[in-house]
Amino acid sequence: MNSLLSLLSLEPVRLLLYLVGICAFVGFNAAYLVLAERKIAGRMQRRPGPNEAGLGGWMQPFADVGKLFAKQIMIPPGVDVLLYCLAPLMVMAPPLICLVAVPFGDTLVARDLNLGLLLVFSLGSVNVMALLFAGWASRNKYSIISAARVVSQNVAYEIPMLLVVLTILMTTGTMNLNEIVRQQAGWFWHWNVFRGVWTLANPLMPVTFVIFFICMLAETNRAPFDMAEAESELVAGAFTEYGGMGFGVFFMAEYTNIVVGCSLAAVLFLGGWQSPIGVLSGPVWGPLWFLAKLYALIFTVMWVRWTFPRTQFYGLLNLSWKILIPISLFTLLLSGALLTLTHLR
Amino acid sequence: MPGAECQVPNDGSVTGAAGVPQSTIRDPQSTIPQETFVLNLGPQHPAAHGVLRVLMTMDGEWITRAEPVIGYIHRMHEKMGENRTWAKFLPNTSRIDYLSAMHYTHAFVGAVERGAKIEVPPRAEYLRVITSELNRIASHMVWWGALLSDLGGLTPFLYAFDDRELILDLLEGLCGARLTYCYYRFGGVCNDADDDFLRGCRQFVRHMPARLKLYHDLVTGNIILRKRLEGIGPISAEMCRKYGATGPVIRGAGVAYDVRRVEPYSIYPQFDFEIPTFPQGDSMARYLVRMAEMEQSLRIIDQALDKIPAGPVMGKVPRVLRLPPGDYCYAVEAARGRFLVRIVSDGKDVPYRVRLRTPSFSNLSLFEEASRGMILPDALAMMGTLDLVIPDIDR
Amino acid sequence: MSIKTAAQDVFGGFYSLLVGMRVTLTQFFKPIITVQYPHATLQLPARFRGHIELILDPETGLPRCTACKLCERACPSQSIVVEGAKREGAKTKSVTDYRLNFTTCSLCGSCVEACNFDALQFSKAYNVVSYDRNQFAKMDLVAQAAEKGRQMMAARPAPAAPTPAEPAPKAAQP
Repeated sequence: MNSLLSLLSLEPVRLLLYLVGICAFVGFNAAYLVLAERKIAGRMQRRPGPNEAGLGGWMQPFADVGKLFAKQIMIPPGVDVLLYCLAPLMVMAPPLICLVAVPFGDTLVARDLNLGLLLVFSLGSVNVMALLFAGWASRNKYSIISAARVVSQNVAYEIPMLLVVLTILMTTGTMNLNEIVRQQAGWFWHWNVFRGVWTLANPLMPVTFVIFFICMLAETNRAPFDMAEAESELVAGAFTEYGGMGFGVFFMAEYTNIVVGCSLAAVLFLGGWQSPIGVLSGPVWGPLWFLAKLYALIFTVMWVRWTFPRTQFYGLLNLSWKILIPISLFTLLLSGALLTLTHLR
Repeated sequence: MPGAECQVPNDGSVTGAAGVPQSTIRDPQSTIPQETFVLNLGPQHPAAHGVLRVLMTMDGEWITRAEPVIGYIHRMHEKMGENRTWAKFLPNTSRIDYLSAMHYTHAFVGAVERGAKIEVPPRAEYLRVITSELNRIASHMVWWGALLSDLGGLTPFLYAFDDRELILDLLEGLCGARLTYCYYRFGGVCNDADDDFLRGCRQFVRHMPARLKLYHDLVTGNIILRKRLEGIGPISAEMCRKYGATGPVIRGAGVAYDVRRVEPYSIYPQFDFEIPTFPQGDSMARYLVRMAEMEQSLRIIDQALDKIPAGPVMGKVPRVLRLPPGDYCYAVEAARGRFLVRIVSDGKDVPYRVRLRTPSFSNLSLFEEASRGMILPDALAMMGTLDLVIPDIDR
Repeated sequence: MSIKTAAQDVFGGFYSLLVGMRVTLTQFFKPIITVQYPHATLQLPARFRGHIELILDPETGLPRCTACKLCERACPSQSIVVEGAKREGAKTKSVTDYRLNFTTCSLCGSCVEACNFDALQFSKAYNVVSYDRNQFAKMDLVAQAAEKGRQMMAARPAPAAPTPAEPAPKAAQP
C-alpha cells in the first residue's frame, strides 16, 4: 500500500492519471453534451428530445457513436492528404492541452502553471488554423469560402477577448489560473465579476463578463455566430468533405472548446471552485461548485443558441469591430486609470 | 416603430437604403463579367420554400442576376379543370396552395355561384368567413416559422406549430381534414358547425393575443432579427405595380390594397377590420404586415362568432350543374395575395377553361429585379418575406 | 449617428436579447405538448376522414350498398370500381366487389355525399400499413366489411327464447 501511494505521488504518474482523467472528462462531455443539447433544445420547444434509446434517452450517445463508426471514412480524391488528415487532430488537441492548466479544485489541477492564462489563449488560436486547413484541403469551392469566413470571424473576436482578459489580468495581477481562483475566496460578491465593481478596480466588470461570453460564443462558432457550420443557405461549411468519425471529431472538438471556454469564464469571473456562500468548501465541494458553474454556463450557451436567429456575416464583424472593441478598450483604459489612481494591484 | 428610420426611394433602386452598410449592396454595373460564376440554388433546398430553382450569377457573394426557374411541381390543375365537371374540380382547389386551401376553394366556388346564380344562406357565409380567417392565421404561422428557420432560429417554428395545431384540430372536428379541406360546396358548406366548434373558435381567439405577444417578445423586437430584416430587400410600390405583386408585399410598400376592401366579396363588408400597411417597403415592413394581419383576422373571427345566425348551410343547387355560357371571375384575398379564378363556360357540365391567377407567381417575378446587387443572405431573407409557396406558382 | 443613439441601440438591443431568452426559459419549464406515439394516441374527432368503408345494416350484418355506381361516377379521381349482383330472393342488387384505389383517392367525400343508400362512411383508420401495394391500389372494401360483419354478429346477444306458454308466432311470409 505504501509503495503504491509513493508510486502515485511520482510526478509522471500523477500527470498520466490527470491526462487520462482529462481525456475521460472530455470524452464524457463530448458525448453527453450532444445529448444535453438535444434534450435542452427539445424542452425549450416543448417536446422531449431523444427519449427512445434507453430510459430518457441516456443511451443516445452510444447510438450516435455507433452510427459514426459504421460510416465509411473516405479521403476524397484530389485533396491535400496531409492537411486533410491533420485538421481533425489539430482541432482536437488544443482544448485538451488547455484543460491541463484549468483548476478543477484547490489541488485538483494537472499542472499549476504560472502562465496558465497565456497557454490557454495562445492555444485558442490554433483551432482557427485547423479549420482553415480543413477548408483548404477539401478542394471544394464552398468549403474554402466558409473557412475564410471562419478565419475572419475568429480573428475579429480574438481582439476583444484578449482586451477583456487584459482587464482581468490588471485586477488580478497574475496569470496563474489557480491563484486567480484563490483570490476570489469568500462570498459570491468576492467573485471577480462583482468584486471589480465595489472595489472600484473596474466598475464595468459585468459588461466585461458579457463581452467575454459573446467572444467565447464567436470563437467556438456557436449560434448566433455559426456562419461556418450552419450555412443553410447554400453550403454545408468547412466540414463538407469529412464523413463518419472524421466529422465526429470536429463535433467533439466543438463541444470541448465550449467546455474550455466556459471553464475559463468560470475561473476568471465566477470564482472557479470557490463556494458562493463562504461555507461548503473543501476538496470535495470545490470541484462540485466548479462543475455546477461550468454546466450553468454551458446551459446558457445552449439556451442562447436555441433562442436567436443567426446574424449576417457583416453584422457579426460589425459587432466585433464597431461595438465590442471600443467597449472593451474603454473598460481597459478605465480599469487602468482607476487602478493607478487607487494604487491597487 | 422598428424600421422607421429607413427611407426607401420610390423609384425601385436598390441603393440608398439607410441603416444597411453600403458595402452590402453593390452596383451591378461595376462588376467585370469574367469574374462572375453561376451558382445554382437547386430545386432541393435546405430552406423550406419548395422546389424552386434559382440560377444566380454571382460576383463573390453579391448577386448580379438571379433567374428563377419554375415548373418542378407543375401538376396541370388548369388542364384538369377542363376534364372534370364543376363539382369534381373541388378537391383540386385545395391543393393549388395547400397552406391557404380554404381561400382557393372559396374563389372557385364563388365563381361558379356567380355564374349559376346560386344563393348561399347566411350561416354558410359566416362559416366560410370564419374558416377562411382561421386558415389565414394558420398559413401565416407556417410562413413565420419557415422564415425564422431560414434565418437560423429554429425554436419559433415549434411555437407557431403548437398554435397551428389548435386551428387544425378545430377544422378537423368541423370537416374531417387538416390541410386539404374540401369543405365548401356550391351553395354553402358541406357540414354544419356544432357548438363545440364555435366554442373552440372563441377559446382560440382568447388564447392567441398572449401568444402573439410571445412571438413579438421572442422574435420581432430581437435586435438580431431587426438587423437581418430592417432595410433589407427594399421593394417599392412602383415595382409591385410593375409586376402585379399583391398581398403583404404591396401592403409592406405602403399601398393599402386588399381584395376584401377593393373588390368586396362574401360578407366582408359587414365586418370592421383594418388593413395593416407599412410604408418602408423593406423586409421588416412585410414581416410586420403579416403579424398585424393575424391580429385583424382574430378580430374578424370574433365579430363573426358574435353575429353568426342559425339556419341551413346549403342552398338549392341543381343535381347536374350547368352554367350559362360566359366568363365568370371571383377574386379573394388569399394569405399570399390576390387569387383570381376565371371560369369560361360553354353551357356544358364541364368547364371550357379554368384560369387560376395565383399571387406567388407575381410575387416571385419581382425577385429578379429586386435582388440585383444584393448579398446572398439578404436576398434569401427577402425571398422568405415574399412568402412563396411553389405549388402556388406552378399550379 | 451620435454616440447617444449608438449607445441606446446597443443597450436596447441587448435588452431585447434578454427578453427573448426569458421567453425560451419560461417555455423550458412548461410541460411538453407532443404526444408520444405509439405509447400514447390521440382521440380522433367524429368526422375524421380515413379511407371510406361500407356501412353494414345492423339487422343483417351485410353492406347496404346496392352497387348502383353513383359513387363510381361521382369520384373525381376514378378511384372506385363497384360490381354487384342480385342475390337469391332479394329485391335489389348487393355489392359483390368494391375496390377502392386508395393511392389516388383524395378523401374529398364526393362518394359519401353521392350515395343514396347511406352505404358509405369515412373510417377512422389512420395508420394503415402493408407490404403489398395491392392492399392500397385495390383496397377490398367488401372483405373488410365482411370481417366487421362477422365480428358484429358474433358479439350480438342471442335473442330471448319464447316462453313455453305462448304459442309460437307464425313465421312471416317471405
